[in-house]
Amino acid sequence: MHELAVTQSILDISLRHAGEAGAKRITDINLVIGQFSSIVDDSVQFYWDIIAKETIAQGARLHFNRIPGEMTCNACGHTFRPTDETFECPACSSVTVRITKGEEFRVESIDVE
Amino acid sequence: MTTRIPIVENILSANDRMAARNRDLLDQAGVYSINIMASPGAGKTSLILKTLEALNGRLKLGVIEGDLATSIDAEKAAAAGLPAVQINTGGDCHLDAAMLADALPTLPLEDIDLVLVENVGNLICPANFQIGTHLNVLVASIPEGDDKPYKYPGMYRGVQVLIINKIDLLPYVPFNMDYFKRGVEILNPGVVTFAVSSKTGEGMDEWADWLVERVKNNGG
Repeated sequence: MHELAVTQSILDISLRHAGEAGAKRITDINLVIGQFSSIVDDSVQFYWDIIAKETIAQGARLHFNRIPGEMTCNACGHTFRPTDETFECPACSSVTVRITKGEEFRVESIDVE
Repeated sequence: MTTRIPIVENILSANDRMAARNRDLLDQAGVYSINIMASPGAGKTSLILKTLEALNGRLKLGVIEGDLATSIDAEKAAAAGLPAVQINTGGDCHLDAAMLADALPTLPLEDIDLVLVENVGNLICPANFQIGTHLNVLVASIPEGDDKPYKYPGMYRGVQVLIINKIDLLPYVPFNMDYFKRGVEILNPGVVTFAVSSKTGEGMDEWADWLVERVKNNGG
C-alpha cells in the first residue's frame, strides 16, 4: 500500500496552489481517480486527517470522482466496459484491446476561502 | 466565500519530475539502467548474480538493492564483486524516484555501463512509481502460479521485458504456460519475453546477449 506517499503528494499539490492564490483555508479537494488506479479512498482519508493537521488544509473534505474503466478493441473499434473476469471484446472476442479510460489520477481542483 | 481553483495536476507529478532528473543524470553519465520488479522470492537477486556470470565481463555493472530492511541483497552483490548500494525503504512498499536520486551518486557511474535496480518485492506498488530507469523488467516465476497476469494487471502492463524464471520447476508445479501467456498477451501484446532458470542457467545467455545489444544501442 502506498497511500501515504499518494496522500502526501495530494497535500503538497494542494498547499502549493492554495499558497499561490493567497488562500486562508482549503475546504475541499476534488480528485479524479480512474478505476485502474490502485488506491483505497478510506486509507487516503485516514492519512489525510493525520498529515493535514496544523496546515491550512486541516479538515478539508476529499472528494473522489471515480472514472469507470473503458476499453476499445483494436480489431473492431468497439468500446466497452471491462468486467473483472475478462478484458475480451464482447463484440468480436478479440483480446487485443487498449484502455481508453480509467487511468486518471489527478487533483482536479481545490475549493478555498 | 469559497473559490474554486482549477489544478488538473497528476498526483504523482513530483515523483515523475524527479524520475526525469534521474534519467538525465544517467544519460549524461552514459549509463543504461533497468528497474527489476517481481514478487518476493521470484529470484530477482539470483537473476542479477546469474546475469553477471552470463555477461562474462561484457558490461560493467552496478547494483542498487531496494528492501524494507536489511542489507542482505547488497552484500550478496558486493560479494560477487559488484559496486552495490542498499536502499532500505523502512516500510515503504516500493522504491520511488527520490530514493533512487539519493542512491545513484553513491555508485561510481563513470566506471559503470549498466545499473540494475532491484525494486522491493511487490507486484502492486512499484508499477505506479516511475524511478527514471530506461527499462522496466518484470521477473515472474513458475511457482507463483499462472494466474498472476490476471491478478496484477497494472504490473504486467507497465513493463517492456518479461523474464519467466525457475522454468526448471515446470515438471513439478502445475503451471499452464498457454493460460499465462494469454493473460500477458492481453495486457502487454508483444512484450519481449525470456524463459530462464537462474539455477540451471538455461536461457541466461539469450537474455544477456539481448541486454548487451540494448545497452550498446543506447550508446553506452
